[in-house]
Amino acid sequence: MMYPQSRVGTVVRRLGQALPVLFGVILATFVLTRALPGDPAAFFAGPAADEKSIAEIRKALGLDRPLPEQFLVYLRDLSRGELGTSISTGQPVSEELIRRLPASLELTFLALLISMIIAVPLGILAAINPGKLIDHICRILTTAGVSLPTFFTGLGLVFIFYYILGWAPAPLGRLDFAYLPPPHVTGFYLIDGAFAAEWDTVYAALSQLMLPCVTLALFTLAPIARMTRASMIQVLSSDFIRTARAAGLTNYTVLIKYAFRNALLPLVTTLGMVFSFTLGANVLVEKVFAWPGIGSYAVEALVVADYAAVQGFVLSMAIIFLILNLIIDILYTFIDPRIELGN
Amino acid sequence: MDQKILEIDNLTVEFMTRNGSVTAVENVSFAVKKGETLGVIGESGSGKSVTSLALMRILDTNGKILSGELVYSGVDLKRASNAAMYDIRGREISMIFQNPRGSLNPVRKIGKQLEDVLCQHGLANKYNARKKAIDLLATVKIENPTARFNAYPHELSGGMCQRVVIAIALACQPRLLIADEPTTGLDVTTQKVILDLVKDLTTERGMSMILITHDLGLAANYCDRAIVMEQGKVVESGCIKNLFLNPNHPYTKKLIRATPNKSSQLNQLLPSESRSSCTSYLEGSHQSASFNHKRREPKNQRPLLYIDRLTKEFPIRNQIFRLPSLMSFGKRPKEVQQVFRAVDNLSMKINYGESVGLVGESGCGKSTTSAMIMRLVDSTEGWIEFDGTDIGSVPAKHFARSPIRSKLQMVFQDPTDCLNPRFTARQSISDPIIVLGSLNSKRSLDKRVDHLADLVGLPKKLLERFPHQLSGGQKARVGIARAIALDPKLLILDEPTAALDVSVQAVVLNLLQELKCELDMSYLFISHDLNVVRLLCDRVMVMQSGRILEEGETGKVMVEPAQSYTRDLINAIPHPPELVPQ
Amino acid sequence: MTVIINSKPAIKEVVADLESRSASETTGSSRIAHSIRKQGSYIWYILSSNSVSLIAFTLFILLVLLAILGPLIVPYNPLATSAVDALKSPSWSHWFGTDQLGRDVLSRVIIATRLDLLISVTAVAISFVFGSLIGAVAGYFGGWFDKVSGRFIDTIMAFPLFVLAMGIVAALGNTVENIVYATAIINLPFYARVARAEVNIRRDAGFVHAAKLSGNSDFRVLAFHIYPNTLPPMMVQASLNMGWAILNAAGLSFIGLGVRPPTAEWGIMVAEGANFIVSGEWWLAFFPGIALMLAVFTFNLLGDCLRDIVDPRQRT
Repeated sequence: MMYPQSRVGTVVRRLGQALPVLFGVILATFVLTRALPGDPAAFFAGPAADEKSIAEIRKALGLDRPLPEQFLVYLRDLSRGELGTSISTGQPVSEELIRRLPASLELTFLALLISMIIAVPLGILAAINPGKLIDHICRILTTAGVSLPTFFTGLGLVFIFYYILGWAPAPLGRLDFAYLPPPHVTGFYLIDGAFAAEWDTVYAALSQLMLPCVTLALFTLAPIARMTRASMIQVLSSDFIRTARAAGLTNYTVLIKYAFRNALLPLVTTLGMVFSFTLGANVLVEKVFAWPGIGSYAVEALVVADYAAVQGFVLSMAIIFLILNLIIDILYTFIDPRIELGN
Repeated sequence: MDQKILEIDNLTVEFMTRNGSVTAVENVSFAVKKGETLGVIGESGSGKSVTSLALMRILDTNGKILSGELVYSGVDLKRASNAAMYDIRGREISMIFQNPRGSLNPVRKIGKQLEDVLCQHGLANKYNARKKAIDLLATVKIENPTARFNAYPHELSGGMCQRVVIAIALACQPRLLIADEPTTGLDVTTQKVILDLVKDLTTERGMSMILITHDLGLAANYCDRAIVMEQGKVVESGCIKNLFLNPNHPYTKKLIRATPNKSSQLNQLLPSESRSSCTSYLEGSHQSASFNHKRREPKNQRPLLYIDRLTKEFPIRNQIFRLPSLMSFGKRPKEVQQVFRAVDNLSMKINYGESVGLVGESGCGKSTTSAMIMRLVDSTEGWIEFDGTDIGSVPAKHFARSPIRSKLQMVFQDPTDCLNPRFTARQSISDPIIVLGSLNSKRSLDKRVDHLADLVGLPKKLLERFPHQLSGGQKARVGIARAIALDPKLLILDEPTAALDVSVQAVVLNLLQELKCELDMSYLFISHDLNVVRLLCDRVMVMQSGRILEEGETGKVMVEPAQSYTRDLINAIPHPPELVPQ
Repeated sequence: MTVIINSKPAIKEVVADLESRSASETTGSSRIAHSIRKQGSYIWYILSSNSVSLIAFTLFILLVLLAILGPLIVPYNPLATSAVDALKSPSWSHWFGTDQLGRDVLSRVIIATRLDLLISVTAVAISFVFGSLIGAVAGYFGGWFDKVSGRFIDTIMAFPLFVLAMGIVAALGNTVENIVYATAIINLPFYARVARAEVNIRRDAGFVHAAKLSGNSDFRVLAFHIYPNTLPPMMVQASLNMGWAILNAAGLSFIGLGVRPPTAEWGIMVAEGANFIVSGEWWLAFFPGIALMLAVFTFNLLGDCLRDIVDPRQRT
């Protein structure tokens, strides 16, 4: 009952399936602002506003109109990339978010990269040496790792590497005051610095990045290593591995070509959850290290009840997450020939 | 000619488990000669698979060869280096397993998996591997091997997958093939084709084979010699003919007796001292049963169950690329909706007190039919009448409240799956009585359950146990007791013995026959095994692709099938040699 | 008929004999099959799993005791400030030191246990009840309810969960109750999904069909036959989830949501202490952080042990 299906078709279909989810996300964000108890106008007006200014804002925001109409207006604004204006800075929220986004992404991606480079081999080694030292290390690391509050690990690292050892720079942003940011190309300082061949800047940016990255990586390491180990163990006990062994395939072939390819499938699925955790933890890490990303922007906005900013932040995080999940799903179709999307 | 290719001497294998070590194989010795096929026969847990895994040194890490010698053409397998073992596996000795689809890497093309083995053993390089792999696929009679090279395991049927596994096993021209229950889970006709193929290929190449099986019929048909294993020990060995005609060990005797052959009667499956007079008085079940129903059925009475043109269709998900639902507004046009007819215009009747067999291979629609009769599934079209009442028109959802519910019961295929893991045996048996029965005091309920346990021969002390504390046969008894708790008129037996060992099967079949004459029930016996159906049923219906192909007196259908499909089905059953009555 | 009944004992005895044998065979073989599936040194595992569960259980009891008895055993009033004692490092009189307002850190850490556990236990209880209900009904009946609830769950899961919690608290208002609701909502999908999957795999099990044949209505089948069977995996989920719920609640208060100063709560205490880390006053953040970590660790460990008991095959 399998019809040959081109991968392009599958990918296009998967993109199509993301649309309802995107709609759901937008609707949920809208509902969070409008349909819930409390006066959104009061939120948007800020704590200092009086009755009259709130009424004005209500009218200006179109909050006096019926909800479906408000939703359409909201959609229209979104399609133009408008997320409202921040009351604390007076700047359009979207501009601010776009300006700060590279800082967050640079941190998140580097952290994920570090944790995957460590966690995946660790999980594999633990799976093929059950009961050995490496297995116990893996188990202890994963159990302890998921128990660590990110903000607490971050503070611990700051205390040790900045206050006691003095190896790390002060936890204050992306670059020491002595340096100027490299010319803007991608917004990632490491990449931009390399483009401009400003190796000093790259080094300075990297040393600022190190602690927050390690903090975040420690947090994501546990679930990845845990899942790698579990799925490797499961795959290694399956019948086709026994067949491959009985056919005399060497350990390397069995482990990599046969077992790991199959173990990747549940692992890739878990990555979605890991991304969710990472993006959440990112907010906390940014606060600890005064990192000028969208997370710390949202935290600042929360303190002053700058609702447009918070809402824009939530929505943009959801969209980043959606894109990451899409990439994962598309990767998945390339790993697993059995995939039938839409089930 | 009589050169020994493999010698196993006093092999003992232990497994470390959470509850200490368990000896899976104990002092097993046997030898395989060049060119012969050795059968290893045993029921579940007899250690027959562990022996072969130990021999290949691919036991799981918690398994250990404690003692014994394993010698393959002069090579000491126990002491050989890992590198030497890599060369021996696949090149000298290879294996095929049960669960063919699971035996193949699901994310790698089957052709590539063949190439892996060929290249590993230096029999091909990257330039000619593809051609050699395709040749191998042709050798195992896979049609259109060039196209199949690129197939993934999930795109092939179970039988096809097993051919690929065989191709992998034979790729490097090994001299010994170990086939571990290679056809368990496949249909009988596929089983025959696969085993004939293996037999031909091994004979052609002068290979030796070890066939591990629980099925005495298979061993009798394909092996030259056999050993019988029980609980990790070899209890008997010898030439296959001798083994069947003059079994020495009581366990071998029991096994042979319990395996139905072409002419065995139900009561002959059990050791002679335990035959009940119920069955011996009936002597020859199907004649007697037909005698029974003729005696009981008054003329002109309608049958107990009458089914007319019953049809069940399932929608097929259209997998051709289409836009997601959000973008294709409204409903899809009707003609795109395809349906699969699981049951197609099926008519049948079952008389009072009659046992009818429904035989077919997997996917023929027999389970769907039974689910419709049981009113668990609604039919698409058709008429079901039970005991003079139209039950087909009552939706399955509301049938739980029907007064007829209690008269239609079922014994399920898997005795483990059919019991609620959190209910004790007593609770399971009580459940229907509490919900549908009229007993209101706890005392009379307990009495009723005790009586039922008595009827099915379940010791009362087992009633307080949970399913995982019971053996397969005991669970089957609980299932039967629950089914007969409300005195049903019709009992559907859905492969009630398929998951049981053959010696337990013999007991359960006898019990069912006994209960039938005691409680005056009718049976619809669903099975893939004509031999078993023959033991219990007066009439048999053969089903294929949702239709009844043939119907008639069991004896007649077995001897003179009208349809070629039925003939294939009957011929595919591996019969053990008929016993000379003692 | 009389002949038949009289002859019964004979067959039954043999049968009992046959069965007791096959019973021992089955347990033997299942044990082997069971062990084949697993790898590793079992003796070590038994010992470690026992001592680990012992540690987990002891820690759990300790936490519960602290939460209940907290106010009775604290050495100081957790809210009493004292300018003289501000920022004192740990000593005999103040084991965990004092904070910038001279409050005793030990007393505050102990007092906070109750609030932190209360927030997460309530949140997990809410998501357990609603999630398992939604999941069980969706998994059993399918149809429109499954579709609608599935969409709803997917929408929640489409947000990075901590971020969604931030959004919810910001929208509903910055109070402790709203922290509970937000934590409950972001945990809901896990329970709903586990319950749905667990019910769904049992929907066509033989014992469910048998229950229907016994005359049980759909409601009875779901409530009395299927649902109890899904409880063990659900309990495991709950235990593993508790740790995460604590982390989330603490994270929210760390960024200034929910709990307000001067209330003692681990997250906010770490946040307040964070400012003093760079100047070396580590104890302000360290002790509440360690308490938080231990609490999360305890629940994770407990969840792992429960999972081992419920389903040894899923051990990771």
